[in-house]
Amino acid sequence: MDLGLDVTERDGWAVLSVTGEVDVYTAPKFRERLIELVSDGKYQIVVDLEGVDFLDSTGLGVLVGGLKRLRSHDGDLVLVCTQSRILKVFEITGLTKVFSIHDSVDSAVQA
Amino acid sequence: MPGEAVELEIPARAEFVALARLAVSAMAAADGELADERVDDLKLAVSEACTNAIEAHSAIATDKRVVIRCWVEDAGLEVRICDRGGGFDPLGLPDHPPVTDPARLKFERGLGIPLIRALVDVVEFSSSGKGTEVRLVMRHGDNNGQHPAQRG
Repeated sequence: MDLGLDVTERDGWAVLSVTGEVDVYTAPKFRERLIELVSDGKYQIVVDLEGVDFLDSTGLGVLVGGLKRLRSHDGDLVLVCTQSRILKVFEITGLTKVFSIHDSVDSAVQA
Repeated sequence: MPGEAVELEIPARAEFVALARLAVSAMAAADGELADERVDDLKLAVSEACTNAIEAHSAIATDKRVVIRCWVEDAGLEVRICDRGGGFDPLGLPDHPPVTDPARLKFERGLGIPLIRALVDVVEFSSSGKGTEVRLVMRHGDNNGQHPAQRG
């Protein structure tokens, strides 16, 4: 099972596009990539979840940890997600109130 | 456990959680009685329960396996995830601060069990010092497209 983690730049934001399944096996790789970005001085990060097929609470933990890390640098982590089965995980856990969730990378970087 | 049950024994390692959820979702798809969205809910609940099982084994450094049993009854699909970890108190889980509280960001873990409870129709935890069994049931004929938390 592969997890894809591609980084591009858009209007001063680092856009991390995640593809595949995020679970207890792949989450460490995802966490490391986010930490690398922050270490490289990227404090404005969009995590694009449109290519994610599956995300469980370990993935949520990585995102919460990433947001916390970025806020400590006065930065931000915002999400792109329109898939109902992924959004549902955020809704059930109340994290829709913690994250800014957008329907496209364009709208995320303009927010 | 009915004769048609499928039993899967996995090494207690992270890379095998995907196999467990795939097996259960394939079983649910073959049953054909649950809407796709409810199969996804079950798949997520199985993933959460298996993750906890693996972490429980890791905590006591045992190389025993985690057993997943799944079968179909008239009333629904049942899955049991059995580990031989150190057990836990399902009622003793800490509450998270409200999501609007900045302290909420201190909690990167502990979302698995609330998710399981919200996603499936029946959840039971039986835990002792010898291990934990999680029983999950998705009822047939309840395919109204909402997860249990929304049904009220």
